[in-house]
Amino acid sequence: MQADNGNTDWAALVLRVRDHQDKAAFAALFRHFAPRVKAFLMKSGADAALAEECAQDVMATLWQKSHLFDPARASVATWVFTIARNRRIDALRKSRRPEPEDLPWGPEPEPDQAEVFEAQQDTDRLGAALSQLPAKQRALIERAYYGDLSHSEIATETGLPLGTIKSRIRLALEKLRQQMS
Amino acid sequence: MAYSAGDLPEAFNLVVATHVSLCDECRARLGAFDAVGGAVLSDADLAPMADDSLASCLDRIDMLPQATTRQPLQRAGCFPAPLADYIGGGPEAVKWRPLGMGVKQAMLRTGRDAVARLLYIPAGQAVPDHGHRGLELTLVLQGAFRDDSDRFGPGDIEIADEAVEHTPVAETGPACICLAATDAPLRFNALIPRLAQPFLRI
Repeated sequence: MQADNGNTDWAALVLRVRDHQDKAAFAALFRHFAPRVKAFLMKSGADAALAEECAQDVMATLWQKSHLFDPARASVATWVFTIARNRRIDALRKSRRPEPEDLPWGPEPEPDQAEVFEAQQDTDRLGAALSQLPAKQRALIERAYYGDLSHSEIATETGLPLGTIKSRIRLALEKLRQQMS
Repeated sequence: MAYSAGDLPEAFNLVVATHVSLCDECRARLGAFDAVGGAVLSDADLAPMADDSLASCLDRIDMLPQATTRQPLQRAGCFPAPLADYIGGGPEAVKWRPLGMGVKQAMLRTGRDAVARLLYIPAGQAVPDHGHRGLELTLVLQGAFRDDSDRFGPGDIEIADEAVEHTPVAETGPACICLAATDAPLRFNALIPRLAQPFLRI
């Protein structure tokens, strides 16, 4: 499962879970993603025990919903992020999060390999782009995703005026967009 | 982006999910924001899992019911699926309450920190002149309305904050139906609506 550049092909592992209920593939996914999900949830304000519990939940959801994973649409990291985010909303807020309609044409039976490759590379390219952002902008983006903080709550905590935060986040996203194109 | 990060109150999430159902450009942007979330997650520090974690997760999986293919949400009339799911149907299923002058509204059950409601404005009718104390998102589902500066048709979303004072007017044609979310009460400029405000919950 190792690609030439040393990166694991996570999407292939998810497909093995989907098609063969492959526990070894799942274990590899678990070892990589579970500690990240746990850290993500702890940064969102969950204590270690709740984060452990929810991270297991998120990984169990990955197994259960592996048939919904569309490798042409999102990388595994992005997909795991959306599961973890929804779990966080359930756990910390106890509120519903309405989801948009699925696209009417639905997933194609055999996704185009080029598209799959492209979507799976996105996370790595975005990660590289993120790491090149100035520290301040990068910190704000991470806060917005991790912190479960609204922009105005970030303002209270960092002491930055709201306008500055919004423009920094916008600037940071703009830079990301340039690096991606 | 706040929707992607999961930071919005439920009422705003409903408006965003409904809008994204109607707008491919925003769907693409949402996908991009989710991807940034994926990258942030990938770069995350690691919090070591408990020793028996994988084993108990596999146990948990064995206990799970067989994956049920969730019934895809259904659109109902001019209501995209996420909204139809809240209402339990299309515009005909809404329990409207009259506000006077043919204007009707229905409050939706969402979290406490913001309020979502449907508005029904007959063609040509105006919603009383008002400003805003917080943020108001208004998504047009049917018909169209205009205010001093712009026109909003189906799928369009108006974002109003403290700086905006306006009198939206429904265009001629079919009645205008909107989904609106606010995180603070509206501020009406005339005395009568202001007196009625606590009773009407708008």
